[in-house]
Amino acid sequence: MIKKGEWVRIHKTILEPSERAPQVPEDTKQVPLEMWDKGFLEADAELGDEVTIETVTGRKETGTLIEVNPYYEHDFGKFVPELLVIDKQVREIVFGGEK
Amino acid sequence: MTKANDYNSVMARKAEIMLKSVGIDYSKFESGSIAFDYEKMMRETGYTLEEMQEIQYSVGVGNTPVLELRNLTELARKCAPVGKGARIFMKDEASNPSGSFKARRAANSVYHAKRLGFKGVVTATSGNYGAAVASQAAIAGLKCIVVQECYDSKGVGQPEIVEKARKCEALGAEVVQLSVGPELFYKFLLLLEETGYFNASLYTPFGIAGVETLGYEISMQFREKYGKDPDVVVCTNAGGGNMTGTARGLIKAGATSKLIAASVNLAGLHMASDGQFNKKSFTTGHTGFGMPFASWPDRSDVPRSAARPLRYMERYVTVAQGEVFYITEALARLEGLEKGPAGNTALAAAFYLAQEMDQDQTIIVSETEYTGAGKHIQPQLSFARDNGIEIFFGDPAEEVPGKNIILPSHPSLIKPRDVDIVHMRRSLIKTAVNTYKVEPTEEDIAFLAEETNSSVEFVKETLKSL
Repeated sequence: MIKKGEWVRIHKTILEPSERAPQVPEDTKQVPLEMWDKGFLEADAELGDEVTIETVTGRKETGTLIEVNPYYEHDFGKFVPELLVIDKQVREIVFGGEK
Repeated sequence: MTKANDYNSVMARKAEIMLKSVGIDYSKFESGSIAFDYEKMMRETGYTLEEMQEIQYSVGVGNTPVLELRNLTELARKCAPVGKGARIFMKDEASNPSGSFKARRAANSVYHAKRLGFKGVVTATSGNYGAAVASQAAIAGLKCIVVQECYDSKGVGQPEIVEKARKCEALGAEVVQLSVGPELFYKFLLLLEETGYFNASLYTPFGIAGVETLGYEISMQFREKYGKDPDVVVCTNAGGGNMTGTARGLIKAGATSKLIAASVNLAGLHMASDGQFNKKSFTTGHTGFGMPFASWPDRSDVPRSAARPLRYMERYVTVAQGEVFYITEALARLEGLEKGPAGNTALAAAFYLAQEMDQDQTIIVSETEYTGAGKHIQPQLSFARDNGIEIFFGDPAEEVPGKNIILPSHPSLIKPRDVDIVHMRRSLIKTAVNTYKVEPTEEDIAFLAEETNSSVEFVKETLKSL
């Protein structure tokens, strides 16, 4: 049970594939336009329920409850060895006396 | 009465929603034909340079340092013919409150919104402008909603855009995230209508005029420190606001610096394609925005865009993704500066352009931007590799966007390619005639000459060939 007032993330379909704008490319036309938003849960619910939230601007949004206390996981990525090659090269050219 | 909220009904209310949310009656500047009075629009709806400086300096925006990149200049000289290699500079716009030059645009928009009595602002952007508006709204005590295109249909977010969402939230904004598609504009209109907030568009006169202080500062700082204006100013080009505002500020200072636009080449990738969304390593400053907006500015979210870059650029070059990544790493290792990718697009171009110039000349890149998790070269390259993009050393001229990223095997291989600017000018004239479906008047012809930074003769000759 997720309590009323908890900080949550919701998901919702805004446009079905059949409702998409005429100018979008074929691959995009095959998929819906989706939306994600965050806010305070308006009533007790379970993950997967259709819920209403109040966002930080005080708006109400509805959608499927997908996350409680959502957080970011983006990072600095995996090691990219090529960057060390660039480092060595530019330092050699500028400070190593090499043309 | 409840209004219909389906796609077509909302789009049909566009003009009405826009008028309410921007507070500008654009019809005042229209001629009824192709021409409109651009300068009158900038004068009557913008702010004077002095007012903008006051607005911006009061919220910690502007007066950013100019950095001389001595080691990068040295690297360029090692690649250049003898005697060539202009001194390279950068305007450190990352030191603005939200970490980019967009704070200048946002400061004016938010000031204007507050003055008109709006309770909040809405902006549609996946870029630094969102954070800039959030930051300024936080200072002004206004509510802020940022609508961004962030995920593909598998729910995979572009790391750079995810980071921008984080920053907007950290600065107090509500971030409405969407999957790929131009219908973002539909949700944007719905939000404007629902909230009655101000549309902090990137393309209003006050937003664009906000960048004039950037061009003006470049000139003043150069005159104070080096006794002359920079010979060349390079702007990363997407929607054209940086180029337009910087150029107008330089003109107001009386500077005659040559203006060059630079974009990352993403040719072949469709900007609204779900499948190609995460195949690109740049989310702005690329040709997907740069080319269409320069050759037809009035495709923006306001009836008449105040960003009209073709009026000001003398040259437009594209750089490969691999070239920007290389120069970003070089900037960190040679200058001790970690900066985000947007400003480094212009820097990659400047690195080469400096090699065409004499050593006593100067070239400045108009902006830097903040960097961090997601919007740093390492996560971007790593993300590209995870999405099947090949990364290797070679000649970046052979890079195929969406397939590979070719890092130059030597910095002398960084060689931006010129865009056919004459073709772009002709394209703008053609689109104008096709859009308005009128026989151009003398006024229209004079207007199109200004729009394309060309001449009445050029416009007449182009019209004849259509």
